[in-house]
Amino acid sequence: MDYFIELLFSGLTRGSIYALIALGYTMVYGIIGLINFAHGEIYMIGAFTAFIVATVLSIYGFPLLAIVIIAGVAAVVWAASYGYTIEKIAYKPLRHAPRLSPLISAIGMSIFLQNYVLLAQSSDFLPFPRLIRDFPFMEPIAHIIGSTDLVILVTTVVVMVILTLIIKFSMIGKAMRATSQDRTMATLVGINVNRVISMTFIIGSSLAAIGGLLIASHIGQINFYIGFLAGIKAFTAAVLGGIGSVPGAVLGSMILGLTESFATGYVSSDYEDVFAFSLLVLILIFKPSGLLGKATNQKV
Amino acid sequence: MTSQPILEVSGLTMDFGGIRALNALDLDVASGEIVALIGPNGAGKTTFFNCITGIYTPTEGNVWLTPPGGKRVSLNGLKPNKVTERGLARTFQNIRLFPKMTVLENVMIGRHCRTKAFILGAIFRDPRTRREEQDILETSYAMLEKVGLGEHCDEFAENLSYGAQRRLEIARALATEPLLLLLDEPAAGMNPQETIELEGLIKKISREGQAILLIEHDMKLVMSLSDRIFVMDYGRKIAQGTPREIRENPAVIKAYLGEEVDA
Repeated sequence: MDYFIELLFSGLTRGSIYALIALGYTMVYGIIGLINFAHGEIYMIGAFTAFIVATVLSIYGFPLLAIVIIAGVAAVVWAASYGYTIEKIAYKPLRHAPRLSPLISAIGMSIFLQNYVLLAQSSDFLPFPRLIRDFPFMEPIAHIIGSTDLVILVTTVVVMVILTLIIKFSMIGKAMRATSQDRTMATLVGINVNRVISMTFIIGSSLAAIGGLLIASHIGQINFYIGFLAGIKAFTAAVLGGIGSVPGAVLGSMILGLTESFATGYVSSDYEDVFAFSLLVLILIFKPSGLLGKATNQKV
Repeated sequence: MTSQPILEVSGLTMDFGGIRALNALDLDVASGEIVALIGPNGAGKTTFFNCITGIYTPTEGNVWLTPPGGKRVSLNGLKPNKVTERGLARTFQNIRLFPKMTVLENVMIGRHCRTKAFILGAIFRDPRTRREEQDILETSYAMLEKVGLGEHCDEFAENLSYGAQRRLEIARALATEPLLLLLDEPAAGMNPQETIELEGLIKKISREGQAILLIEHDMKLVMSLSDRIFVMDYGRKIAQGTPREIRENPAVIKAYLGEEVDA
């Protein structure tokens, strides 16, 4: 039973990270109908920013909590400015082009950013400082759920709650929903659609950066390529839940995380990806719009 | 009507490839006035709305808006959201609400261009943001009461009846505090009862000083509401005047009924 619970928590942790990334995919898709393939790279850049800031600060002997906060804020701000800039450079000029053009532009951006970080940071795995220490109160159950997992889970839940409140109640959230439902009408009631799109990229990138920081301190190493697989997995999760739907992205991520975790635990870790992507194939065959696809759910 | 004009349009021309959809159109609306734009199907009425609200960029011509006591501003080349900010709001021939948002949210969205709060305010909820939100909420409720949708504010817009959706669209447009309200065939598809209610609503809004420019095919409604009427055919203005003048204008009768055949 302990083993089952351990796998359960490890699955939820994975799911949380996927969810933080998948939200960026699903929100951007909801607003401009684009699969932002460079989103995985934003997550990677978030992790690298946190890595650089944390390493420098620990050299100067900052206390751990201060390092976590400063590195987190730096990662969010830096990744958000990347997300914002990418939209302005690579997608905005193609707003009225055929749908395939921005998609290809996105793939180009992804390749560019990977290679840019490869050149700037080398291709080696770099050791990520351990930002989250074991909490003493977690000692008795440490064999089931680690302190890092707990931090990841709690952070994700808090972030999701804030995001939901923003989307549901704030004016910018209303503007985002309005834009996703009818872009022309949104501009006619006075919404600056370009600003709403920029905000979507900024929010999505911030979430990805938080994910990058968390997973890097969990795994303990990063390189320029981590964004690729994480991006693909998160994208899978978003499609699984119904792309364009915010609750769908979270649900899809959790299902994907749990599937991977149980497949690894009970079958073999070699089959982790096989199970994940088989699940995607099955969903696409039997419910192509995803679990919470458009018809029943609000998009953002 | 001698009061100062709010909207002035001069020489507005719109070409789609080789087709001239609007041809050197002049039009003006004074404050507090109800002006109707009529004409046979395909005359270019909706194109005219699309041109002045910034959805299309006109080939030629000028559009000016003058706030009461303020300076005249040009709307040429502005994006639709900027045009709305300057004070033009519109409804559509085929209703375009945000179907998956509640009735109240639809109206609140109209307040968006009159608010300042940004993302940090949404997260930290400082007093200013809270006051602003409270203010938005109150004005939106008031707007819904005015159009008679007060009890429906938590329903999804898509679940309202047809006539109610129309009124919601008007409420949303009013929420942007327009200098001039543009209504594109507000009575289209309405039953007689709903049309009578609509007429009452438009009169009520107008009594409060709101200037209105409407496109409409229901002649009874047009004749009873309008202070002045502009008639278009094939992208040109063929007549303008009071309802009485228009009713007796031979060019208008010709455009609607075709030429008389000599017996």
